[in-house]
Amino acid sequence: MAQSVSTSTRPPSIRNSPEFREYILLKIKTAPWWLIGIAIIAVITAVTIATNQPFQDAFLFIKAGLGVTISTTLIAFVFAMVLGLLTGLGRISNNTFFRNLATLYVEIIRGIPMLVLIFFIALVGVPAIVAGFKSLGVWFTENGMIGIGAWLSGFKNNAVPMNTRAIIALSFTYGAFLAEIFRAGIQSIGRGQMEAARSQGMSYWQAMRYIILPQAIRNVLPALGNDFISMLKDSSLVSVLAVRDITQIARLYAGRSFQYQEAYITLAVMYLTMTVLLSFLMKFIEKRIQKNEQR
Amino acid sequence: MNSAENMVVLQNLKKHFTGIEALDGVSLTVKKGQVIVIIGPSGSGKSTLLRCVNQLEEKSSGEIWVDGERLTRNSKQLDKVRSEIGMVFQHFNLYPHLTVLENITLAQRIVKKISKQLAIENAMAQLKRVGIEEKADKFPAQLSGGQQQRVAIARALAMNPKLMLFDEPTSALDPEMIKEVLEVMLDLAKAGITMIVVTHEMGFARAAADEVVFMDKGQIVEQAIPADFFANPKQERTRLFLSQILNH
Repeated sequence: MAQSVSTSTRPPSIRNSPEFREYILLKIKTAPWWLIGIAIIAVITAVTIATNQPFQDAFLFIKAGLGVTISTTLIAFVFAMVLGLLTGLGRISNNTFFRNLATLYVEIIRGIPMLVLIFFIALVGVPAIVAGFKSLGVWFTENGMIGIGAWLSGFKNNAVPMNTRAIIALSFTYGAFLAEIFRAGIQSIGRGQMEAARSQGMSYWQAMRYIILPQAIRNVLPALGNDFISMLKDSSLVSVLAVRDITQIARLYAGRSFQYQEAYITLAVMYLTMTVLLSFLMKFIEKRIQKNEQR
Repeated sequence: MNSAENMVVLQNLKKHFTGIEALDGVSLTVKKGQVIVIIGPSGSGKSTLLRCVNQLEEKSSGEIWVDGERLTRNSKQLDKVRSEIGMVFQHFNLYPHLTVLENITLAQRIVKKISKQLAIENAMAQLKRVGIEEKADKFPAQLSGGQQQRVAIARALAMNPKLMLFDEPTSALDPEMIKEVLEVMLDLAKAGITMIVVTHEMGFARAAADEVVFMDKGQIVEQAIPADFFANPKQERTRLFLSQILNH
């Protein structure tokens, strides 16, 4: 098991011994010194927000968008995981149709900038689907199925709020990224596992569910965590749809008060705080898993 | 073909991988209760033969009957037939994320739909049979190679198979662990379980086999009872092989 030096080394029992010196030096070398930088930023920001009226005003104004930023990220990530898992399974499927469909989706998403995709899905994709529903509704009505026809033609563009479109856009974008992670995770499990499961009479899906995926997901958990953090940051892109996340609100505040420094410093520190906390959480979870594996 | 005393019948079985004839027309009959040991140089097709019996390797042509049933590509049929054939692999292939007990109970529960209680009782009985019931709550990585292979045998036995396939079960083991696995296999052979064993252990072949099959280049070269096979092999190719592995 690959493991960093700092976690596997235990302190030697005898102090003042050369081993102990070496141990301390190693600890100093591998300590997370960059955390001091983060801590300084955190302290300065906390003090500034507490004592400096303009910064306090900016923070109190911008924090109204925290709920949107967090909920957009969480909901979109859950959908992206489902989409990613299905697509990842499609990528390794023996079924030519599903394999190519999954590859097409991944390649299209990977080839378009995320900002453009967000515009496209929210302002072209969703309206097109709504229009599709409408014409389907008309067709149903003409063919005598008034109930379902009326229901379908009742769909309106403005019935799909921008928040929802933003979530759809982020889900589709990250679904393609996560698909590659899941695919790599599944392919990292040796062929022998699938063969052992099939030789016991398990179906392909039973083997996937009980044998392959539990191991694959455990292997890719760090990568999933990374992408979750990336998504939190990329959720700022939805501000272009006027979704009132912290970025959008900071822009509003800056534009209205002309206090650009206060607005954007506060905004940057807010993202930094969330991502650093999340990466700590990820490290903690990874350590727990490593411990479990060493039982 | 459908004689009630035959467990496995292979007829003119062929399997080609790109560019290679792994099996080039193999016919073999295994009677119920028989222990067949397959030997041969590497690349001779013996593992492929074994893997074709439970269709882990899809045959290219030819026919396979297991216990009177002709195998097709129907996945329902394959799942059912596979659940009745135990397989032991060279590299054990235990499920590393599950405990020993869970390794043995999982397929019983989700394939044979046996209650948890019964599955555990059965698993413990099989672990006792292979002599490691005290390891039930360990994870595979905590066991030695020999112990892992015995768990793998218990896992296969717990499905109550009609037939056991062993694919070089001792090849990945340290020398001092080979004996404990061979002893378990010898016990199974004595208990009358139908077995097809691919191995390089000639001692096991002598002691346990009803018939020894020698393969080379995807074909069966010679097939005889162990006494005849080792004492006076008929084919030149067999003699050469035996002289190379026995006289050193």
